[in-house]
Amino acid sequence: MPAKTYVRTIINGEHVDFLCEPRQSLLECLRDVIGLTGTKEGCNDGNCGACTVSMDGRIVTACLVLGVEAEGKEITTIEGIAKGSQLHPVQQAFLENAALQCGICTPGFIVSSVALLEKIPQPSEHQIRFWLANNLCRCTGYDKIVRAVQDAATKM
Amino acid sequence: MTTTDYERNIVLSNVEYNVVGTRPVRPDGADKVTGRALYGADFDTSGLLHGKVLRSPHAHARIRSIDTSKAEALQGVLAVVTGKDMPHEADESDGTKYSRDNILASDKVLYKGHAVAAVAATNPHVAEEAIGLIEVDYEVLKPVLTAPEAMKDSAPILHEGLKTEELGEKTDKVSNIANHFQHVKGDIAKGFADADVVVEREYNTVTVHQGYIEPHGATALWNTDGRLHIWCSTQGAFTARDATAGILGVPVSQVRVTPMEIGGGFGGKIPVYVEPIAALLSKKSGHAVKVVMSRAEVFESTGPTSGSNIRIKVGAKNDGTITALQGYLAFEAGGYPGSPVNAGAICIFAAYDVDNVLIDGYDVVVNKPKSAPYRAPGAPNAAFACEQAIDELAGKLGMDPIDLRLKNAAVEGTRRPDGPAFPRIGCVEVLEAMKNHPHYSAPLGPNQGRGVAIGYWFNIGFQSSVNINVNSDGTISLIEGSTDIGGTRASISMQAAEVLGIPMEDVRPSVVDTDSIGFTAVTGGSRTTFATGWAAYEAAQDVARQMIERAATIWDVDKDGIELKNGVFQSKADPELKMTFKELSGQLLDTGGTVVGRASMNAGGLGAGGGSFAGNIVDVEVDPDTGKTLVTRMTAIQDAGKAIHPSYVEGQMQGGSVQGIGWALNEEYYMRDDGSMANTSLLDYRMPTSLDIPMIDTVIVEVASAEHPYGVRGVGEANIVPPTPAIANAVHSAIGIRMANLPINSVAIMEAKWKQQGN
Ligand code: FES
Ligand code: FES
Repeated sequence: MPAKTYVRTIINGEHVDFLCEPRQSLLECLRDVIGLTGTKEGCNDGNCGACTVSMDGRIVTACLVLGVEAEGKEITTIEGIAKGSQLHPVQQAFLENAALQCGICTPGFIVSSVALLEKIPQPSEHQIRFWLANNLCRCTGYDKIVRAVQDAATKM
Repeated sequence: MTTTDYERNIVLSNVEYNVVGTRPVRPDGADKVTGRALYGADFDTSGLLHGKVLRSPHAHARIRSIDTSKAEALQGVLAVVTGKDMPHEADESDGTKYSRDNILASDKVLYKGHAVAAVAATNPHVAEEAIGLIEVDYEVLKPVLTAPEAMKDSAPILHEGLKTEELGEKTDKVSNIANHFQHVKGDIAKGFADADVVVEREYNTVTVHQGYIEPHGATALWNTDGRLHIWCSTQGAFTARDATAGILGVPVSQVRVTPMEIGGGFGGKIPVYVEPIAALLSKKSGHAVKVVMSRAEVFESTGPTSGSNIRIKVGAKNDGTITALQGYLAFEAGGYPGSPVNAGAICIFAAYDVDNVLIDGYDVVVNKPKSAPYRAPGAPNAAFACEQAIDELAGKLGMDPIDLRLKNAAVEGTRRPDGPAFPRIGCVEVLEAMKNHPHYSAPLGPNQGRGVAIGYWFNIGFQSSVNINVNSDGTISLIEGSTDIGGTRASISMQAAEVLGIPMEDVRPSVVDTDSIGFTAVTGGSRTTFATGWAAYEAAQDVARQMIERAATIWDVDKDGIELKNGVFQSKADPELKMTFKELSGQLLDTGGTVVGRASMNAGGLGAGGGSFAGNIVDVEVDPDTGKTLVTRMTAIQDAGKAIHPSYVEGQMQGGSVQGIGWALNEEYYMRDDGSMANTSLLDYRMPTSLDIPMIDTVIVEVASAEHPYGVRGVGEANIVPPTPAIANAVHSAIGIRMANLPINSVAIMEAKWKQQGN
C-alpha cells in the first residue's frame, strides 16, 4: 500500500487534517476518510457535478482534485452551506420550489448555485442555465431548479 | 408558502380539498438539501470491505476458464467469487439460469460489461488491482447488435437452448427470437379495404440509458446466523429481496433489505445487479461488503432500454375516420429475453378507438446489456412510430393533427387492442387542453417548426402496505415500504392527512425495511402515489374508525353518533361534545393505548385507474447550415386524475419531457462493430444540461380515476411517451423531412437534407 500523506485543510470553517494515499481523490477523502458523505459521486470523471465543492472560493468537482492537492486549502461542502440550524436561502428555495426529486444532484446544485449568487447576485435565466450546465440532473428537467435559484436571488 | 409564479403551470382542477392539491415542503426535504440523506453508496458499517467486479471485454464469448489464484494471493484481498459460486441446481429453469448468469456469467458472456468475477478487499483500490490479476480465457464469438440483424437465420445465436415461443406455443426452433405474439381486433384486411388513404412507414430507435445520476450501490452482510442483510439503492426493497433470494437460492425470509435513499432509477433500479455479488462476497469473507458501480459500469452493465424496429400501416377515410391500424414491433431484449415489447404493443395504438387492429411483437436477444424498464417502458419507442404516422396521415388528409386525433380518440368503453376496455380516461380532455393552449397558435420564427403528439401509459396498481401510529401530541407516524424517488413521502402523507383533517406537517413518514412493513411492490409503474397513497388513505380510515370508538367510550355515547370532520371528532346529536384530533390523541394512552391503523391492499393490476394520457406541443429550431436542433418551447399536458402535490406532478412532467428531448435529439449507445459502446462517459453520452432546454410549461388535466378515493392516476411515466414523436413532427414541420430514426442529431438531419437534395 502506498505511503500516506498528511494533509491540512479547513473544511466548512474547521481545521481538518487527514491522511491520504496519493491516488485518492478529494471526493474519496471527503466521503471515505473524513466521513462527509453529503458530496455525491455520479461519474468520478468530472462530468456530472454531483461532487461539486468550493475550494478557496472556486467551485471544483472534487473527483478531479487529488486529496493531496487540498493541502492548505479552504473547502466548503454541502454540509457547510447552512448556518447552524438556519438553512441558506438557496436551500430554502430548493425546498419551497420542489427543485429536487431524488435529491442526489441537489448537494452539487446547491453548492454551485450559492457560488453563482455570490458572483452574480441577480443572474438572468440564461446566466443561471449557463452556470449550472456543469451539474446534471436527470429528474427535474431543470425548470424548478432554475426557478429556485431565481427565487433565492430575490431573498439574498 | 411559495413565491413561485405558476402562470406557466396550469392545474385544471375540478375538486378542491384541504391538503390534497396543495404544495407543502416535502418531509424529507431538510435532509436532502443539507447532505444528510444517506444514499446507496453512503452506507458504512464496522469491518466493511469493498468489492469490485471484473467485466467481460467482449460482447459475445464463451468462457473457457477463469484463474483467480493471483487475485486471491494479493495482500488485502479477502474473497473472490465467480459464476461457480452461484447455486446452479440440476433442475434450474431457464429463467432462473438467465437471472443468475446475468449477475455472474457461468458459461457465456453476452455483452461487453457482463460480470464474470468479483473481489472483496480492504479498500477499493486494492480490489481494483485484484480484478486486474484475474485471468479469463475466452473463446470470442461474433456479436449481433440489433433486432433486425439478430432475427436473420444467419445470425450468431446467443442461447443454444432458446426456443422461440410462437403465438403462445413453444416451438423447436432455436433462434434469437424469444417470443412472437399478436394482438388482433376486428378484421385488418377489411379495415384497409375501407380506407381512402394509407400511410406505411418503418422507424428505428436506438438503445438509450435511464441515466440516473446515482450509480448502483449495495452493501451486504451475510451474518453467522445465516441471515443476509442488504442495504441498497433500489426502487423496491421487497422486489430486491425476492430477486436476491431467488438468485442465491435461499428463502426470502432469510433476506432483509433496508432501502437507502435512491438517487434516481426510472425503472433501471428495479432489477438487482450488485446485491447478489456483495452477498456472495460477504458469505466468503465473513465481512460486510459494499459494491458500488462506476459510471462506465452503469452504462455497460445496467439498463438500458431497448432499441427497436417498428413498422406502422394506418388507413383512414377521407373524413379522417381511421379504419385500420397495423403495427410490427421488434425490440432488443439485450442478452436475455424480456424486452418491454409487450408494453409497447399495449400502448402503441391506445389513444385511438379503431375497429380493425393487428399488432405483431417480437422479443429478440442481442449482445447488449439485458434491457431494464425505463419510464413507460416500450411506449416511447411505439409512440415515436405511431404518432409520426398519424401526423403524416393528418398531412395527407389536410386535417389539423389534433382534430384528427380527437376524431378517433379512445374514450371510456373503447377496447384496447390487447383486450381490456378502458374505464374513464382523459384522452379527449388532454387533446382539448392541447388545442386550447396558447402555445398551439403562437407564431413561429424562421427555421422553426411545431409538432404535437399524444402518448399513453397504462400504470399499475399492485400491493402496498401502510401502518399509522397515532402519537400523543396529535401527530402520526406513517410507516410505508415505497422507496421515495421523487417526493412520494409527501404525496402519501398528504392523503392520510386529508382523511384525518390534520396538516401534512403532522405526518411523520418513514420508509422502512422488509422486516418492518407488509409487502409493498416497486416504486415504478406510476403506482406509488396511487397505490401506497391509497393504502395510506385506508390506514387513516382505520385510525379514524378506532378514534371514533375511543371518543364514544370517553363520552359514553354510541359510536355511530360520532363523525370526524376537518380534524374534529363531533357528536352529531350534541354539539357540545367535540374534541380535536390532537386532544383525543392526548387521551389515547389512558383509554386503551396507542391507536394503530393499518392497511394492506392490492390496488389493481395492469391498467389500474385507467392509466394516464400525456401530450406535448413542441417548437424546434433547426440550424439550416449544421442541422443542430434546439427545442425552443415545450408544453407538457397530462391527465393526473387528481394532482396530490401539483409541484411534484409538474416535476414528473418536466423531467419526463427533458428525458424525451435527450432521447429524441441526442442520446444513444454509440456501438462499435465489436459490440463495445464507444461513449461510456457522461461527457460522451450527452444527456440534456440546463443550457440545452427551455422552461417546460405544464398543464395538469384532472379527469378523476373512478377507482382511487381522490381520483389519482399515476403520473410518473406517460410524460416521456409523446416527446420523441412530437419533436420529430416539429422537425418535419421545420424542414419538411420525416426523420424515421432516432436520434435526430445534426448528422442525421444533414444526411437527410443532402439525400433530399440528391447529393
Ligand atoms: S462525480 Fe465528480 S463530476 Fe461526477
Ligand atoms: S433530483 Fe434526481 S438527479 Fe436531480
